Amino acid sequence: MASTIRVRATSSGDITEVQALIQHPMDSGFVKDAKGEIIPPHFIQQLKFEHDGKDVFVADWGPAVSKDPYVKFSFKGGKKGDDLRISWVDNKGASDTTTAKVG
Amino acid sequence: MKRRGSVLIGSAFVALAALAFAAPRVVAADKIDPATEAKAFRNYFTAKFPKVKLDDFVNGPYSMNADMRKQWVEKEEFPPYEFAVDAGKEMFAKPFKNGKTYADCFPNGGVGIRQNYPHFDAKEGKVVTLELALNRCREANGEAPYSYVKDEMASLTAYMAFTSRGKPFDIRIPDDPRALEAYENGKRYFYTRRGQLNFSCASCHVQSPGERIRAEILAPALGILNAMPIYRSEWNGMGTISRRFVTCNSQTRAVPLEPQSDEYRDLEYFLSYVSNGLPIAGPGARP
Repeated sequence: MASTIRVRATSSGDITEVQALIQHPMDSGFVKDAKGEIIPPHFIQQLKFEHDGKDVFVADWGPAVSKDPYVKFSFKGGKKGDDLRISWVDNKGASDTTTAKVG
Repeated sequence: MKRRGSVLIGSAFVALAALAFAAPRVVAADKIDPATEAKAFRNYFTAKFPKVKLDDFVNGPYSMNADMRKQWVEKEEFPPYEFAVDAGKEMFAKPFKNGKTYADCFPNGGVGIRQNYPHFDAKEGKVVTLELALNRCREANGEAPYSYVKDEMASLTAYMAFTSRGKPFDIRIPDDPRALEAYENGKRYFYTRRGQLNFSCASCHVQSPGERIRAEILAPALGILNAMPIYRSEWNGMGTISRRFVTCNSQTRAVPLEPQSDEYRDLEYFLSYVSNGLPIAGPGARP
């Protein structure tokens, strides 16, 4: 299985712009399936972007974030070729990690 | 006076009916000319929207609304259907239990062939769509068919459309009365009003493209299938052509047909044929 995280990071001068798309059902726990049974909550609780050993973006998410979330932000610093480490943990304890190069 | 009038009309009907019975074949053959009709269909849209480039019609609402287009262009940098294309690619390459793959069922290994579907199958005497061909391929190899509306089917068709991007729709209507009939049936379905709201497909997609229906912008019928399958934010996921037809029907409060029923297959045949020459743009993203 391919990674659940897609990242694109580009640096222009001293600012790095990051875009990420994460594949996750993000079930809120308030929705019923076709049989009328509650789909148990299943959502990302923490999303983290690390650059050079420092957190540059940390999000504490809840059930209100929609499926396959998309994130865009920029941070000061970072140059071409730098590593960006992205990870998430969900409420069931599952997680995924990937490393992307700043382009 | 009144009574006389109706008697006269009555006899006129009888006369017409007699005429129709006398030479139904000739009349039908004279009438249907899909190539001319497709040209007229296209001209209607290019005349209605002189500023929209022909190839841009495949981008649906984005060809009609500058603000939506801006948002879409940004979205396309990170398209929401990317996961589906990847999943489809993986599924396409993975062999069935008997060792064969999807590539064995399709010309050119299934790559770059989206623009040729649906086609008319002379042996069966019916229209065969890509979704149908995929499930038939599965069944021929001893696998259970997929649901026609989303998930796996959407991923497979997304991958196949992706490998065919930019290729112009090339739908053929062979010289076969059954093929012409299928085209005619599709056209009839497209223009027939149905459902509690009494809408035909054409009410929205021919009469009112570019207009708002609640918060949405209606897509033009010309090129509307070129971007299929689509990721719809409203659906929170991917949907196939079957899903689009079913949802359109239920939104006008009509009773939707079974996916890949004869009528839907004919409708897809008609809609694809009139978009001949326009490039495949699928998979697409729509709000």
